Amino acid sequence: MSGARTLAAGLAAALLVVALAWAVPWLRFVLTVATAKGIAVLGILLLLRAGQVSFGHAMYLAIAAYTAAFLAPRIPDAALLLPVAVGLSAAVGLVVGLFVMRYRDIFFGMLNLALSMVFYSLLEKLYSITHGTDGIRLPPLTFAGATLSVEAQSWAVLLSALVLALVAGAAVRVYWSSPLGEALAGIKTREQRLDFLGVPPRLVLLAAYVISAALAGIGGFILAMATRQVTPALAYWTTSGELVFIAVLGGAGSVFGAFLGAAAYELTRVYAAAFVADAWQMILGSVLLLVILFAPGGIWGIGQRLLGRRAAGPGAAATAGEGGP
Amino acid sequence: MAWLSDNAFLLGLATLDGLSSAAAIFMVAVGLNLVFGVLRVLNVAHGSLYAIGAYSAASLGLFAAARGLPAWASLPLLVVAAALVGLVLGPPIERLLRRTQDQEPVLQLLVTFALFMILEDAQKLIWGVRPVVSDAPVKLMGTVDVPIGGDVIPFNAYQLFLLPGVALLTLAALVYGLRRTLFGRMLVAVTTDREAARALGIDAARITLVTFTIGAALAALGGALASPTTSLVPGIGAQTIVLSFAVVATAGLGQVEGAALTSLLIGLGRSFAVYLEPELEVVVPYLIMVAVLLVRPQGMFGVLETRRI
Repeated sequence: MSGARTLAAGLAAALLVVALAWAVPWLRFVLTVATAKGIAVLGILLLLRAGQVSFGHAMYLAIAAYTAAFLAPRIPDAALLLPVAVGLSAAVGLVVGLFVMRYRDIFFGMLNLALSMVFYSLLEKLYSITHGTDGIRLPPLTFAGATLSVEAQSWAVLLSALVLALVAGAAVRVYWSSPLGEALAGIKTREQRLDFLGVPPRLVLLAAYVISAALAGIGGFILAMATRQVTPALAYWTTSGELVFIAVLGGAGSVFGAFLGAAAYELTRVYAAAFVADAWQMILGSVLLLVILFAPGGIWGIGQRLLGRRAAGPGAAATAGEGGP
Repeated sequence: MAWLSDNAFLLGLATLDGLSSAAAIFMVAVGLNLVFGVLRVLNVAHGSLYAIGAYSAASLGLFAAARGLPAWASLPLLVVAAALVGLVLGPPIERLLRRTQDQEPVLQLLVTFALFMILEDAQKLIWGVRPVVSDAPVKLMGTVDVPIGGDVIPFNAYQLFLLPGVALLTLAALVYGLRRTLFGRMLVAVTTDREAARALGIDAARITLVTFTIGAALAALGGALASPTTSLVPGIGAQTIVLSFAVVATAGLGQVEGAALTSLLIGLGRSFAVYLEPELEVVVPYLIMVAVLLVRPQGMFGVLETRRI
């Protein structure tokens, strides 16, 4: 798809979300959470493009969320608080990134897991600062100086989430087609080739890592605004696993897939939590297994294949005709 | 020095506890290591095998006790439970992992993660979420008075002798098996270069299957042996896989003796934290791992792989 058409499709999707949230009020919260997670999943997609998977990105989600909770009394405006929270996520991402950049594959994934678990334990154990598992309540924020009612506030959170999602999605697509983004794929196929080209693979991966930390931070900030309560569970490994799961479910390698996957995941969770609370992880695991074994392109890949078949039908026939004797 | 003598009792207790937990971690970590060698994938579901081994051993023990089997039977039953878990769950999981072997490494890792999620809930469905306790073997072996400083600690003989004993036996058997038997040599060959090993006529698929089953049984045995010393709750699988990964990464991939020493280091580190600074308990293994990897990225005993250009 060309840039303009993709942007139009993105805007249409955002409008559809607004319409759904307006028509079915209980969906508003679910869709806000899905959008937030979709943005965080974009970061996972960047790393997946380099063939790396992080089982610890929930840490960056939690850093931004806790920053929001701590600073909300001092900086009560969302527009001012967002850059601070996301900036902190990115800064921690830079420091951690300098360390984990030296590792690949399993080591990369598990070191991220290890660091996020250390952070989780700190959040849980330092009761005097973080209130442990009780978490911290986030006071209502103002939006561009305006104090809003509860109803208007939830709309403001959803709308800002959608705007951020559009911006982040567009930025990720631009980044992907930039030399820095193309080099990411080189890490996956063969890193030494980048060295030969004079491109330092560690810096390429570091850039992607910092961006992915910032994207997780944006997601975490929106989650904090939507739930108005931050708890250590945000940093737990299951949250990180969730992000990776959504990335694979939606279809690694596509911006739309990330949000589609997040929406499918959150909607299923609403129903699964009500009917099969004990077997929830089992269902997730089975779906993940089935997607990897039978539909490596995820939901987006399936959709594309269905659409592609229809579009490719007459076109393919025409080329075959031209190629004939 | 004054601090040392003041806390001698605590330190002694921590050391004894650390030894037995190190033994259980070692059993899991060494299996994880073997499996990584032949399949080139870090099996996240390995921790679930530990948990299922523990639960099965507890159930079998309780069942046997209810049927009136003599108390001494509880010890061999631990081994029976572990072998059963290894034989029943090992081969199908191995088959699944081999099926995905041609896919990207990331997806292989995710397959084991998916398996882990499935097995985690399967445990909850089978054994429920309430703690399961079966401590017959510990009671059977009684306690031993361990003199520490001026005090005497009555410590149970099970944790003092049996757990570390079995771990040492496993270590010796593995070292002997890998270096002195034909199967062991073939396993090392498959680990080093699968293609070359197959060209030499080694049945790599069979080696992989047997190795995976042994690894699974070792993890289950670790769980079975640890089961009488704690109450079993959901989540022990996750805790175990993270701990044993920390051991494998700190020791360096492919190290057997190294894994034993590192298990000891991490087991002791953790139990000292439990007694001295309980808040740090969860963090200590990671801190050890990160500290080691900062200095030696290939692990304490790992050999640096030369870059093939």
